[in-house]
Amino acid sequence: MLTNFAGILFDGIAYGSLLFLIGIGLSVTMGLMNFINLAHGAFAMLGGYVCVAAMTRLGLPFLAALPVAFIVTALAGVILERTLYQQLYQASHLEQVLFSIGLTFMAIAAATYFWGPSQQPVQLPDFLRGQVRVLGLDLGAYRLFLIALVIVITLTLGWLVAHTRFGAQVRAAVDNQQAAAGMGIHVNRIFALTFALGSGLAGLGGALGIDVLGLDPTFPVKYMVYFLLVVSVGGAGSIKGTLVAALILGVFDVAGKYYVPEVGAFDNYALMELLLILFPAGLYGRRA
Amino acid sequence: MTVAATVPPQPASPKLHRLPDGRWHRIEIVFWLLPLAAFFLLPGYLVLGSQILIVALFALSLDLILGYAGIVSLGHAAFFGIGAYTAGLLAVHGWGEPLSGLLLAGAVAAVAGYLVSFLVVRGEDLARLMVTLGIGLLLYEAANKAAFITGGVDGLSGVAMWKLLGVFQFDLGGKVAYLYSLAVLFLLFVLMRRLVNSPFGLSLRGLREGGKRMPAIGAPVRKRQVLIFTIAAGAAGIAGGLLAQTTQFVGLEVLGFPRSAELLIMLVLGGAGRLYGALIGAALFMVAQEVLSGLNPVYWQFWIGMLLVVVVLFARGGIMGAAEALYTSLWRKGK
Repeated sequence: MLTNFAGILFDGIAYGSLLFLIGIGLSVTMGLMNFINLAHGAFAMLGGYVCVAAMTRLGLPFLAALPVAFIVTALAGVILERTLYQQLYQASHLEQVLFSIGLTFMAIAAATYFWGPSQQPVQLPDFLRGQVRVLGLDLGAYRLFLIALVIVITLTLGWLVAHTRFGAQVRAAVDNQQAAAGMGIHVNRIFALTFALGSGLAGLGGALGIDVLGLDPTFPVKYMVYFLLVVSVGGAGSIKGTLVAALILGVFDVAGKYYVPEVGAFDNYALMELLLILFPAGLYGRRA
Repeated sequence: MTVAATVPPQPASPKLHRLPDGRWHRIEIVFWLLPLAAFFLLPGYLVLGSQILIVALFALSLDLILGYAGIVSLGHAAFFGIGAYTAGLLAVHGWGEPLSGLLLAGAVAAVAGYLVSFLVVRGEDLARLMVTLGIGLLLYEAANKAAFITGGVDGLSGVAMWKLLGVFQFDLGGKVAYLYSLAVLFLLFVLMRRLVNSPFGLSLRGLREGGKRMPAIGAPVRKRQVLIFTIAAGAAGIAGGLLAQTTQFVGLEVLGFPRSAELLIMLVLGGAGRLYGALIGAALFMVAQEVLSGLNPVYWQFWIGMLLVVVVLFARGGIMGAAEALYTSLWRKGK
């Protein structure tokens, strides 16, 4: 019973770290640019497909395909940000939602056209398969790897935001865009860089998530609500909030699937409504 | 003469900005003769025709909250689905009288809308999106898992309808269904037209344009939003009920997210906040879907997505917005 529970907790944390990795970019775009980007899942999907393509077409090993996924999605992100997204920063939320739904539909159709509607398999390297015995618990090696990687990335992000010049500029722009621009910070450049970083992390998350979340053209819509939820529960623009929300959601989802599989995703959505009622501005929302 | 000099210049088109008087324009009358003409001229397309009419009613209901009150919803299909399942289940369990079934469908959806509205009005845009999206998903999942009631993914079949008004049997060619849908759509349109031109409707536009200023002139913001959300949910429920009754089937996709998203697309394509935009957008979308998705469903999704991006970037206001701009410029020239 206790080991069972620990196993669920572990799987939930692994799942939550994945949600965090993908959701953090969305959180920053919402906090920084006040842009509701429903197409964020499409970047994660792109990362997944790039990873699969790099492995099957170019013959790269899994670990080498991950940075490729990051770089390609970051590039796609910065291109889209400069050409399309930045035109809508001042637009109403409705227009942003419609625009990003349109983008999502295009991404789904394009993915179906190029890769077909079926699930994409991923060939994990041998040392990431199977189980590892830690403290009397059988833990999935891949999930352990996932958690470790996300811890490293989170610490790096935290350091980036707290201790670098770039991070200070980002924080300034989040707090007050106009004042930051007035102080001589190139807010547009910060936006573009952050957007690239956020999309790149989403792409990395999508590539890492093939084994956990699956990868097919409906990915952006299927998980859209999870990413949005992580952000709206955590509070847009907050790394800590996003992490906490992602972990809560991850553990809850895995536990729900294990203990009450017959209700499907119903319990997740119920939790989501509850959290939104209790914390309309998010757990760490600045307006809470 | 001196008085005329001090009067500030009038807006370009006083016709567009004056208070609504509720009079029917000639173009409107012609517009409503079109579906009637289609009934006689295109008898082979009546099934598609009634689908268009039903979706048009659904789009109108979204226009009330989105176009007029400015509340963004990603889960409006929830109320459509509630209406559809109410009407469908009623007929499956032995009460196939169409009109009372339709009224009940609207009533149940309105009650649901009333309850949900309290969650919706308290948040900002993002919270509203999440709440409406969540309610939609919640209901979809509930209907999916409660297969013993709803039929789950297989859908609810065996919806047997009695004769409409005790006289007209629903036929395979869809004649009765078409006229029934048209009558319901027209009736509700007249009511909505009256509603949006009333002082209440004007106060909704006030909320949309300046939500922070409306309380200052004493408008009860929350109450107005709750009321319009309830009305819109009821109308969506009636549209759903119509679909269940005329197709005699309820599929799980009535509650799905794609239905809510497509509804938004139709509204934006036609032009939100104008009632007729919802009708035109729904008709165009449905016809285009029928033609294009027959060719290839994947391409269809790509083009509709692209259309949406283009409309948002370059043609805000949709078809009706463009028509209005054209009308204004012509009017100016004529002067």
